[in-house]
Amino acid sequence: MGQQTIKMIASNELLAETLRLKNDGYRLVAISCSSKGGMELSYSFDKDYNLITLRFPTDNIEKIESISIIYPFSFLYENEIKELFGVKIKDISIDFNDTLYTIPVKTPFYEQKEEK
Amino acid sequence: MGKRTVIPFGPQHPVLPEPIHLDLVLEDETVIEAIPKIGYVHRGLEKLVDKKDFQQFPFVAERICGICSFMHGMGYCMSIESIMEVKIPERAEFLRVIWAELSRMHSHLLWMGLLADAFGFESLFMHSWRLREQILDIFEETTGGRVIFSVCEIGGVRKDISPDMLNKIVGILNSLEKEVKEIAEVFINDTTVKLRTKGVGVLSKQAASDLGAVGPMAKASGLDFDMRTQGYAAYEKLKFKPIIETAGDSYARTSVRIREVFQSIDLIKQAIALIPEGDIRVKVTGNPKGDYFTRIEQPRGEVVYYVKANGTKFLDRVRVRTPTFANIPALLETLKGCSLADVPILILTIDPCISCTER
Repeated sequence: MGQQTIKMIASNELLAETLRLKNDGYRLVAISCSSKGGMELSYSFDKDYNLITLRFPTDNIEKIESISIIYPFSFLYENEIKELFGVKIKDISIDFNDTLYTIPVKTPFYEQKEEK
Repeated sequence: MGKRTVIPFGPQHPVLPEPIHLDLVLEDETVIEAIPKIGYVHRGLEKLVDKKDFQQFPFVAERICGICSFMHGMGYCMSIESIMEVKIPERAEFLRVIWAELSRMHSHLLWMGLLADAFGFESLFMHSWRLREQILDIFEETTGGRVIFSVCEIGGVRKDISPDMLNKIVGILNSLEKEVKEIAEVFINDTTVKLRTKGVGVLSKQAASDLGAVGPMAKASGLDFDMRTQGYAAYEKLKFKPIIETAGDSYARTSVRIREVFQSIDLIKQAIALIPEGDIRVKVTGNPKGDYFTRIEQPRGEVVYYVKANGTKFLDRVRVRTPTFANIPALLETLKGCSLADVPILILTIDPCISCTER
């Protein structure tokens, strides 16, 4: 099996690190968010079956730069994370403004839970 | 520039087995842009980690999809096994491969039927699904279920397959192979089928790579990328090479899936020939702590399971990135410049699974 590497970065290093990986020929595999034990974002990239994940802690206040300027198709991942977790991601190439999921429940879900 | 019109496509459409919406921006009959909208079947399954403990969660994972349900359970179990450093018995690894490849055949035959139905070839649709029925019968006989099997568990599998049944599966596959060859001949050589698929929706190798396409969508564009080559489960003991085409059109995507049906038959026969005697599960004690990314090759391509565990029986996070989610950008690219009449075929050639995508 290929290797898995998790690299902790600061949120303001995201674009530079992502651009470096893009220039090295990496493919964006997934963007994941986890909220328990503190909100954190994980950006996973693959090259030759080796997975590199850029990870950094965040919250619902900090504005994160979209990587859609580097990987245009990241807009789906980023819109989903905005809606499910309330992470503030700015400058997404196609921003659905919390309407990607056509559901009657108000999004983002995570913020709603916190308000209760 | 001609007059631009926006045509709403879906979520209800004869060609869509599941709901997705696309706003198609047209100039005359040509699609200029497509903007997707999902969320009609979002069930929040990942959130169920709050309610179901890590031993119960395989049942939830299997319900993400009704077609590749076994592989979802397998992907989740492999994640927990990696975190807990559990080595499952070799026989269980082979059994997982057998059920996984049967699932691939079932999925591709289902898709072939849907494609035939989309271009109005009703008899071809019925033959494809008639053959698929034999795979579902094998599932029922070996697991008790035709859609949800519940045989994968953390530490191995719940059910064994007897030597007699393994021999019977080989017999069924031998006759099935001949019958699939007959319908494959139509998909590959029939003029009317080729007219609807050849040169339609071309995705270049560079575009497939840039847009993160996976599975047959990527392989049909020349990307040699198949997670099975990494040798998870028992794949490292089996001989195979990813099926690759280079044209990148709907015909190439059809061809990849058809050839993968035959590849699956071969892999199952290899697995049955090599399967060792022995236990099918190990007892797993304790709770997982740590996180892991598992990637396996589903019928539609690479699926990613991210599991984060905190040392208790309830996990912090299960995140699933399904192949259809990854293939939507590639679909949007192939739609650009196509005729409105080709949109249904193009949507089908990514083999969309929306319940997977929305989870």
